[in-house]
Amino acid sequence: MTADWPILSLTIWLPIIGGALLLAIGDRCSNASRWMALATAILTFVISISLYCGFDSSTAQMQFVERAPWIPVFNVEYYLGVDGISMPLIILTTFITIFVVIAGWEVIQYKPAMYMAAFLIMEGVMVGVFAALDAMLFYVFWETMLIPMFLIIGIWGGPNRVYATIKFFLYTFFGSVFMLVALIYMYFQSGSMEILAFHELKLGLTEQIFIFIAFLLAFAVKVPMWPVHTWLPDAHVEAPTGGSVILAAIMLKIGGYGFLRFSMPIAPDASQELDWLIIGMSLIAVVYIGFVALVQQDMKKLIAYSSIAHMGFVTLGFFIVFQIAANSDASGGAILGIEGGMVQMVSHGFISAAMFLCVGVLYDRMHSRQISDYGGVIHTMPVFGGFMVFFAMANAGLPGTSGFVGEFMVILASFRANFWFAFLAATTLIVGAAYTLWMVKRVIFGKVVNDKVHSLQDINRREFIVLGSLAVAVLVLGLWPAPLIEVMDASVVSLLEHIKVSKL
Amino acid sequence: MEKIYLAIAFTPLIGAIIAGFWGAQVGRAGAHWVTSVGVGISAFLSIIVLLGFITGHREAFNGSVYIWMISDGITFEVGFLVDTLTAMMMAVVTFVSFCVHIYTIGYMAHDEENWPAGSKAGINSYQRFFSYISLFTFSMLLLVMSNNFLQLFFGWEAVGLVSYLLIGFWSNRETAIFANMKAFLVNRVGDFGFLLGIAAVAMYFNTVDYAEVFAKAPELANTQIQIWGDTSWSLMTVICILLFVGAMGKSAQVPLHVWLPDSMEGPTPISALIHAATMVTAGIFMVARMSPLYELSETALSFILIIGATTAFFTGLIGLVQNDIKRVVAYSTLSQLGYMTVALGASAYAAGIFHLMTHAFFKALLFLAAGSVIIAMHHEQDMRKMGGLKKYMPITYWTSLIGSLALIGLPGFSGFFSKDSIIEAVHHSQIPGAGYAYLMVILGVFVTALYSFRMFFMVFHGKERMHEHTKHHLRESPRVVTVPLVMLAIPSVLIGGMTVSGVVFGDWFKDVIYVAPAHEVLKEIGFHSTIGFFFHGLFALPTLLAAAGVGVAYMIYMKNPEIADKIKSAASPLYTLLDKKYFFDELYQTVFAGGSRWLGKVLWKVGDQALIDGLIVNGSARSVGFLAGVIRQIQTGYLYHYAFAMILGLLLLLALFVN
Repeated sequence: MTADWPILSLTIWLPIIGGALLLAIGDRCSNASRWMALATAILTFVISISLYCGFDSSTAQMQFVERAPWIPVFNVEYYLGVDGISMPLIILTTFITIFVVIAGWEVIQYKPAMYMAAFLIMEGVMVGVFAALDAMLFYVFWETMLIPMFLIIGIWGGPNRVYATIKFFLYTFFGSVFMLVALIYMYFQSGSMEILAFHELKLGLTEQIFIFIAFLLAFAVKVPMWPVHTWLPDAHVEAPTGGSVILAAIMLKIGGYGFLRFSMPIAPDASQELDWLIIGMSLIAVVYIGFVALVQQDMKKLIAYSSIAHMGFVTLGFFIVFQIAANSDASGGAILGIEGGMVQMVSHGFISAAMFLCVGVLYDRMHSRQISDYGGVIHTMPVFGGFMVFFAMANAGLPGTSGFVGEFMVILASFRANFWFAFLAATTLIVGAAYTLWMVKRVIFGKVVNDKVHSLQDINRREFIVLGSLAVAVLVLGLWPAPLIEVMDASVVSLLEHIKVSKL
Repeated sequence: MEKIYLAIAFTPLIGAIIAGFWGAQVGRAGAHWVTSVGVGISAFLSIIVLLGFITGHREAFNGSVYIWMISDGITFEVGFLVDTLTAMMMAVVTFVSFCVHIYTIGYMAHDEENWPAGSKAGINSYQRFFSYISLFTFSMLLLVMSNNFLQLFFGWEAVGLVSYLLIGFWSNRETAIFANMKAFLVNRVGDFGFLLGIAAVAMYFNTVDYAEVFAKAPELANTQIQIWGDTSWSLMTVICILLFVGAMGKSAQVPLHVWLPDSMEGPTPISALIHAATMVTAGIFMVARMSPLYELSETALSFILIIGATTAFFTGLIGLVQNDIKRVVAYSTLSQLGYMTVALGASAYAAGIFHLMTHAFFKALLFLAAGSVIIAMHHEQDMRKMGGLKKYMPITYWTSLIGSLALIGLPGFSGFFSKDSIIEAVHHSQIPGAGYAYLMVILGVFVTALYSFRMFFMVFHGKERMHEHTKHHLRESPRVVTVPLVMLAIPSVLIGGMTVSGVVFGDWFKDVIYVAPAHEVLKEIGFHSTIGFFFHGLFALPTLLAAAGVGVAYMIYMKNPEIADKIKSAASPLYTLLDKKYFFDELYQTVFAGGSRWLGKVLWKVGDQALIDGLIVNGSARSVGFLAGVIRQIQTGYLYHYAFAMILGLLLLLALFVN
């Protein structure tokens, strides 16, 4: 049955149309619009599940392919499809969106319909980014993504939102312009806009290096990698909870996805040449940013910095592949690195979403994100405290939670590349635990510090559902990552075979 | 999969889940029943398994429970390996845990008093406590029953998590929540090494399964790897030392020992269960389990020997100056863990594991007895305010005496057999550092006797130094407290003599622990019979030193209490050094905690804010703004300025094209 339906188009357009309808209806009946948003988000998630159910994990071929001419003059097509790398990320997107809708239920009183619409449109566009196999289509989705996020921070954001939105917009826009140039260049070389055709395109080393750097500017800003990361803490601090969740859980992953879909297969030789750069930036992200996170006074900033450090594992896992290939005495490890990076992306989607939602729960009650305003929350909100400690442990990479899986795989793989990569990456075990648990100690434990904390109410059923579902997701992925690894395995293996072959 | 193993591991988990998630519904009695019965079943089945191995009916079992993931050709799974070593650990863990469960019913009965008024976290704290200790039992079983490095790490971290939750159980106490974070972070330093060790194993062996790794180890024994420059390292040495760093964290070896004394902030039952009998011995168990690897690296063994010997003696010394009853026992635990580590370093793994077992009984006993005293004293832990408790608490008194005698190694008691085996083994060891280790462990015997009986006399004998009010309420603890004391006192006396011939000198660990022919120190001891060993030890140096220790304690703390003060003022610098625990805490607090915060601030303020944001991001924004401001100056709006520019341009173009 699934084969007959354009599943990917449905997953993209259903939320976009739902969002457009919400905009049309407006805030006349805000309760109905909330329910409509929720129904759309759940329906989209259910549809996206059929991508998993109908997925053939034995092949690396694109599946659920849809293809139609779009701008025939330039050979631009409406071309969609997924493989084991993009499919998990699409499901992550549709899954997280549900909780963003629920989390904004009562909190957002100012233009709720527009708020929900922005997130639904955002969802469709992000799925589009992951599903697009035509570079032009990809670019359109990629840039469109900025608009709802710009509005979300700009309208529902905090006091310093104008600075944050402009910084966010300029940073990301700066990166993507270079990517556009690279895409157009390759279009002139190959006469097609198909991403898969770019993979096969023969390119000289100099060309590859230019293309690689152009992509790097776009993706490094998105991930974000050190030193182009400074927009993220500002954006997070000003964004409403839902905005932070989408930003951390999904948008950052688009950068990581870009490396796998564009940089590595299109410019394998340049990737090989410049791998030291990415590895260096990733390790700096893990270590340097870990220490920066330690001294943050604002909970959201702390989690934002922790996100950067965790994303460092993603890029590290991807690019140690080239070092492993160069190591003659190593017998494998490349697959472990890329799969570890992928698992880390999915896991970070759950955990960072949960951490931002936890801060949101506190912010809704106290209107403060300063760690020093809290203390002893466990005495007034024991259920919430339990969740927060659980997610903090997941953030610190405790085995049994999803946070462990990716880090474990990447550390194992990087040992095959170089002992010192593993050594530096593994410092996260100490530093990551230090910043997370120190925050927990100051916020959750201790004596009740003031009357505001004293009068806090524990989480309600709505918040319980949100945090509980994410906790289940974190546990399931941590205790049994096999299904996730299985769906991506064929695609990762074929990607590795592809990048092994030099284009020179 | 044999169902009995699943049942042993998972019944405590079921109890933990019920008491944890439905604590309010099942109530206090429901919670302690469901968890105690769960752990009781687990203990009962473990003993059946152990008996099966003793009688020879049971074969070693190695099987998978489920596949966690397969990536890059490496299968990571959750599975059980149950052999004699595991069976012994399972029995010890579940038995001690069962005793602690019963004891907790009494110890935590009035836990609501420990919480501030109106704290919602205090409402079901009793149920939560039971849930945690059952969860701990499950995690510990996961650790010891594992058949691969991945699950070992799972259990390793899970016991760390529960330890964290329990040390900080009374989360309104600043000292408790500082201690639990400290414990977790110091353990993470160990885990850092441990994880790298596992990564090294996975890289060179291409598997994380014990059996496969051990089978392949001899092949790789002479592999050299390069870590820094051109110096080559033996692969086995690197792997073994990295893994041992993990053991140093978990088993609190110098210099990663600092967390264990502070962990005494947790309720006493968990000090007995986690921080004396089981979790802290995980490192010892791990090294014994990895004996096929450690035997291939003499460097690693030597390293272990020296670390263990240092821990055994120097932490024992600190125990001499402590006044908090629990901290004395805690330093004693550190010192005893050092003894076990020494045994590992001397390749006397069986003796190390044997001491682990006897120690689990008598140290759990000593902790629970200390807890019984603490209950009677209304949560007073300062020994200077105790004294003469003998007549009020006879059961606690006698069981404490048994525990102390076992600890100092009175011939015939369990501790005698285990400690003497270790000392003898070190004596015969040829590994570099063995001479130093022998000196340390032999001196340690005197120190052990001295601090143990200092505590014993200060608490149970002499003048009654407590408040009148406290004295008025002094009485023996209820039966749920004293029964576990008796249950632990029996093996503290008997288990050593009963099993030493089989476990240490027999072939109990024949196919489980591998000892290279050159390192077979236990065989060199020349053990003939338990009786012979007993008589040989009766007049040997360790026994004399122990007796001397007790004698000195008697002289100082019973006969002539002023001596203590005289010594204190005469050796004041030494006293300060011991009182400040060699300044480890101050050093770590300044260098690591302070240093990290300083580094974080610098990187944030200078790196992120000044350089990246200030100079590059906002700097380029400002430069664009500045440039725009400059260019704006040209647009004056005066016609003659524009006309002048036009003429100038025209001239330039003409000059260009005409030429």
